[in-house]
Amino acid sequence: MVGVPSRHKSLFLLGAMILVQVMMLAYQIRRDSQGRLLRVWTVGAISPFERAGSYGIGGVKDTWVHYFALQNTSRDNEQLRHENDVLKLQVMQLQSRVSEAERLERLLNFREAQQQVPMLGARVIGASADSATRTIYIDRGEHDGVRRNMGVITPDGIVGKVIESFANTSQVLLITDKEGGAGAMLADSRIQSPVGGTGEPLLEMKYVANDDEVKVGELAVTSGMDRIFPRDLPVGKVSEVRPGNPFKWIRLQPAANLERLEEVIVLTTLQPLDLKKDTVAPDANRTAIDDPAAQIKAASPAPPASRPGTQKPGSEKPAADKPKAPTANR
Amino acid sequence: MNETYDLRSDAESHIEVHKFHAGAIVFTLVIIFFLQAFLPKYFHSLAILDLPLLVTVYFGLSRRNPSTGLLLGMAIGLIQDSLSGPTVPFGLYGIAKTVVGYLASSIGARLDTEHPAARFALTILFFGVHQGILVLERRILLAQPEVLFTLHLGIAALINAVVGVFLFVLLDRLRKPS
Repeated sequence: MVGVPSRHKSLFLLGAMILVQVMMLAYQIRRDSQGRLLRVWTVGAISPFERAGSYGIGGVKDTWVHYFALQNTSRDNEQLRHENDVLKLQVMQLQSRVSEAERLERLLNFREAQQQVPMLGARVIGASADSATRTIYIDRGEHDGVRRNMGVITPDGIVGKVIESFANTSQVLLITDKEGGAGAMLADSRIQSPVGGTGEPLLEMKYVANDDEVKVGELAVTSGMDRIFPRDLPVGKVSEVRPGNPFKWIRLQPAANLERLEEVIVLTTLQPLDLKKDTVAPDANRTAIDDPAAQIKAASPAPPASRPGTQKPGSEKPAADKPKAPTANR
Repeated sequence: MNETYDLRSDAESHIEVHKFHAGAIVFTLVIIFFLQAFLPKYFHSLAILDLPLLVTVYFGLSRRNPSTGLLLGMAIGLIQDSLSGPTVPFGLYGIAKTVVGYLASSIGARLDTEHPAARFALTILFFGVHQGILVLERRILLAQPEVLFTLHLGIAALINAVVGVFLFVLLDRLRKPS
């Protein structure tokens, strides 16, 4: 004889029986991607606790590691700072080497493109001892074939000329020196005028008539008249133009970065030269503004019938209404 | 299963708990499941009948013991599951008829369910409960779309209720005289 169950007992029995059958159902049913429904439920029921437990243990572990177990942190921190300093230094050295490699690559490209032109790569080893003059010293001298009045350039533009040649060293007068200069012309208008130094970072274009139109940003290139630099090498970019008496007052930003010279090219000949125009700008990625040579190439008209390298000095006739310009090379 | 349990409280002591002849329930179930499987094979429209549900309701109302009612309902439902096709998982009808057996026993312990009108109404009610549980199971557990109510289901509820009234009279003959 079974004892009389209470209503609550029957309710519990109902719940238990339904639960048993639900579990049977869940065991039989398969979800397409997740296997049996019972497994889905089990995982779904257990995973929140596992996740919570994981977070909890992780939090306790983090708290312990980051707030309590700090006995080695100071030493580690000091070591890491030291390593960081070393790595920073290495990065700086590598960046410097990359920059040097890029510069040398440009020089090499320039030299390879101008194989018919005798030239010599040189490293700048010093500058003038006083602030009144703008000269540099290079590590090439008479033993390397360097002589006075040889031109010194970079792929960006002209630098100056050799004024003293020693056994293994030479002194170069920059075009920005008060005594420096070069025969030049404006790339667009082809107006010729010598460019001279002012003792300051900017150059001066000296004998351009007030009637001539000169635009700011216009490029000046070598004219070849000074017999030191080949024609069409970048000299600088017009940065300021004002009317003057009797000539325009024109200032140019040198094309070459004369304040940070590290490697230069010495043109080891005293004979007039003619460079290949299409290879003056070795770096194709540079823009025309960045690369005056490329801009000159784009802006220059067809080459004149008489090659500047073979042209005699003084054969180039200035405009009749222009004042006569003195010799550029002093 | 044929023992009688006195479940009534003092307030419900006037409601009679019916006893059945030995083996009456088993015999009834055998006949019912035979008919449930046999009749639709030749008379498709009779598939609308849910004889196991009617038997569950009847014995639940008569025995008036929630525990035995739900256990009997569970047994009938599981048998129906096992006799159904492969698309019916074991336990689908078992759960529904467990709940129906429990509710029928609980209601039978409180109300006089001998009147045909009461039986008709209760059969419709339990048919709806049964259908509701099936819908829940299919939607939640099986992830199958299942409508809660259609005209066909309404007609089925009415037909089952009418059949139930007559079936319950037949089943009354299996009772032991009080």
